[in-house]
Amino acid sequence: MSRPEHTGPPELFYNEKEAKKYTANNHIIEVQTKLTERALELLALPDDEPCFLLDIGCGSGLSGQTLSDNGHYWAGVDISSHMLDVAVDSEVEGDLVLGDMGQGLPFRAGSFDGAISISAIQWLCNVDKKSHNPIKRMAKFFTTLYAVLARGSRAVFQLYPETPDQLELLTQQAMKAGFTGGVIVDYPNSTKAKKLFLCLFTGPSNQPMPKALTGNEVQQNNQVRFESKREKFREKAIKKGRQWILDKKERQRRQGKEVRQDTKYTGRKRSKAF
Amino acid sequence: MKLITHNMLTSKILKNVVTGYPLKIHAVKAELKKADFQPDFIARMIKKIDYKTLYQAAETLGYAEGMPKTEILNEEDMNNEETLKKLHEVLLEIEVIEGDLECPETGRKFPINNGIPNMLVNEEEL
Ligand SMILES: C[S@@+](CC[C@H](N)C(=O)[O-])C[C@H]1O[C@@H](n2cnc3c(N)ncnc32)[C@H](O)[C@@H]1O
Repeated sequence: MSRPEHTGPPELFYNEKEAKKYTANNHIIEVQTKLTERALELLALPDDEPCFLLDIGCGSGLSGQTLSDNGHYWAGVDISSHMLDVAVDSEVEGDLVLGDMGQGLPFRAGSFDGAISISAIQWLCNVDKKSHNPIKRMAKFFTTLYAVLARGSRAVFQLYPETPDQLELLTQQAMKAGFTGGVIVDYPNSTKAKKLFLCLFTGPSNQPMPKALTGNEVQQNNQVRFESKREKFREKAIKKGRQWILDKKERQRRQGKEVRQDTKYTGRKRSKAF
Repeated sequence: MKLITHNMLTSKILKNVVTGYPLKIHAVKAELKKADFQPDFIARMIKKIDYKTLYQAAETLGYAEGMPKTEILNEEDMNNEETLKKLHEVLLEIEVIEGDLECPETGRKFPINNGIPNMLVNEEEL
């Protein structure tokens, strides 16, 4: 498969025709939705709280749509006006800004509760103009990203690096900007399903890294995961049985949160007599 | 561009600009688009937004009526349903469709077309 990054700058590759083709493709919609759901899980946002998120390289809003479906609000930045115009046409709920992440993010400090970026930052490795210096652009991007995130929040990037060097360079520049964290490889043993996520923390470095997926997980409560969370925010979950607690703890472990071990007492009613 | 985004946008990426905030709004066309009211979200955002900037922006667009006239919102405002509803409208429902944003320090203008502010700058401006 040829890489779009080889064909020229992103604002030219994602022209009107490509933007429409991309957004109408069912396979692409499905893939981007799944990647965003996983990124959202890795963001480990506080449970059941609608957040204000940044979507970097938001394109026509496929990734953002998943954020909205999960009850969050978002602003997106993209360098292709054609992709953003398609987002406007599809009436996405997020707000859109035309900008180049390599020039820095134009927001004030602490604006966002988290950031995601789906299939976009590998573009930062490109040299599309004579004046482009990828390392300088990465440094500008990560330092401004660090600043626009609320303290303690995360940024999760799903990316397609062309070489291991590219991934290392991006990670290095992120750490230089003050982030901690690292790379998570889901389904490492499958060439087709393998996916890379750069998971960055603004908080202390002693946070456990989230667990990668291997494909051997017990399938848990898909229904709950895919129904719109909007409703859930309104009428907060009332029943908290054992399975509910186990599911929630498993989710939190995969997000890299510290969770108490399950025991036979988990989810049991405590006896009143003490 | 919704006012929630305007409340966060700066022109700091420009060379020699210190804060680049708030950006002055020149609106040619604005619209009101209904959005679901989520009081939890508005209450959460109140702690993050710069209220003075929000008030001024709403005033420029002619929607300030009904907003508390103050520099900073207090506990009472945050628990008042009517206030939250008004802030919801101002933050999430009003959209600037055409116009521009002006850097308060350099006067550099960023055009807004089709509801999208264009924050791209030339390499010489960085
Ligand atoms: C494969 S698309 C993904 C879009 C969206 N995140 C999704 O999941 O559908 C990659 C996007 O990254 C954007 N992009 C590439 N380089 C960029 C840059 N320097 N600044 C902002 N966006 C950029 C492209 O314009 C394109 O819309």
